[in-house]
Amino acid sequence: MNAAPTPSHLDWLSSLTPVGPRAASCEATAGPTDLGCGRLSAAWEVLSQVLDPEVPAVSLVELGIVRDLVETADGLEVVLTPTYSGCPATEAIEQSVRDALARFGTVTVTMRRAPAWTTDWITDAGREKLRQYGIAPPGPVDAAQGVPVRIVRRRETLACPRCGSTRTEQLSAFGSTACKSLYRCLACREPFEHFKPI
Amino acid sequence: MSTSVQPGQRAEVQYLLRVGDACLVLSHRISEWIGHSPVLEEDLALGNIALDLLGQARALLTRAGQLGEAPLDEDQLAYLREERHYLNPVMMELPRGDFAFTQARNLIAACWLLPLWTRLQASSDAEVAAIAAKAVKEVRYHQQHAAEWVVRLGDGSAESTRRMQDALQQLWPYVNELFAADAIDAAAEASGLGPAWSSLKPDWDAAMDEVLAEARLARPKDTPHVYAGVRGIHSEHMGHLLSTMQHLQRAYPGGVW
Repeated sequence: MNAAPTPSHLDWLSSLTPVGPRAASCEATAGPTDLGCGRLSAAWEVLSQVLDPEVPAVSLVELGIVRDLVETADGLEVVLTPTYSGCPATEAIEQSVRDALARFGTVTVTMRRAPAWTTDWITDAGREKLRQYGIAPPGPVDAAQGVPVRIVRRRETLACPRCGSTRTEQLSAFGSTACKSLYRCLACREPFEHFKPI
Repeated sequence: MSTSVQPGQRAEVQYLLRVGDACLVLSHRISEWIGHSPVLEEDLALGNIALDLLGQARALLTRAGQLGEAPLDEDQLAYLREERHYLNPVMMELPRGDFAFTQARNLIAACWLLPLWTRLQASSDAEVAAIAAKAVKEVRYHQQHAAEWVVRLGDGSAESTRRMQDALQQLWPYVNELFAADAIDAAAEASGLGPAWSSLKPDWDAAMDEVLAEARLARPKDTPHVYAGVRGIHSEHMGHLLSTMQHLQRAYPGGVW
């Protein structure tokens, strides 16, 4: 079988700025299994620069997709969790993690489903970056979970990421990707996307 | 690679394929709308719903393939089985119909998958439980979306009401297969792999009745015949669906991109 050329939707990969090793300070972003200064914090630092392919405003770490980072005998094991069951960016994300961490040795990528990813894991910094990018960040999931089917559309009080007005309305429950829906602001008249709580 | 594969007779494999194939085949039917929806927003919505279902199917087929007598991967199971080895309920393979038919089927399916995924979160199989924990969040959005359309069309114009009522009438004879009991179903309940489908009926009834009441639609009468897609006995539409779905793998065996 012939290897197909890289599909155009992966073009963004080649545009990623290679991230050099930073002087790893102990205050650097540290992951949950970091044992101290060194390779792991350097690797977390690198991963904190890898952007999500579909929302290139936030990093994989800010989105909560990187669940763990473990040193192995000859490199690193990265534990990722998928956002949506059918997210087509999953393979691209895995590849971008491999590329970013290549200089740390052999990179093993493990997909872990449980516990299921939730938008509650998006960091505060990530939410602010979403807002600045023009995407209204998700509210807490607890409010949306376990609610029986609502026939009549809920009154939305979503704030416009541009002008802050809550006079907004939903245009489409599903947006350009599975994780977003489409809205418009009735005050500033601008359309915007909303990262759905899940 | 192009040779057909058989998933085997293990009860747990068959149970998982029933759910996985329901998602796979429904996903295929929904995806047929892309480029044909009444509005662009609906192209996006149906495309996204189909994608979620496809992701859920991939995960379940992968797990089913690991549990069989001879290991099979998701692609072999999706593309290289013969019709009689697909175990989706017949409702999922029916042609997409008009827009009312598609939204009515999506609602029926979501109201069925929601309690099913909810219960599968407690599966004795950790991987199945993890797949369900993710899927249950997604299907809530599917149910919400389909319910809104059923109400909008059902309580809409004379024409939209007629079409939605007709759609329910056409779909109803296929409903009871979603709650039928047999040995595979009983084995899953006994082992803790997943719930007996008959136990999902009260939740489904409650969710459907609420939407139908809001939409001012009449609930069709139940019919006695039980279709047997879950045992591999399909309608005439299944072969046509598979010829489209499998043609690339059959024509270019082992092809990837």
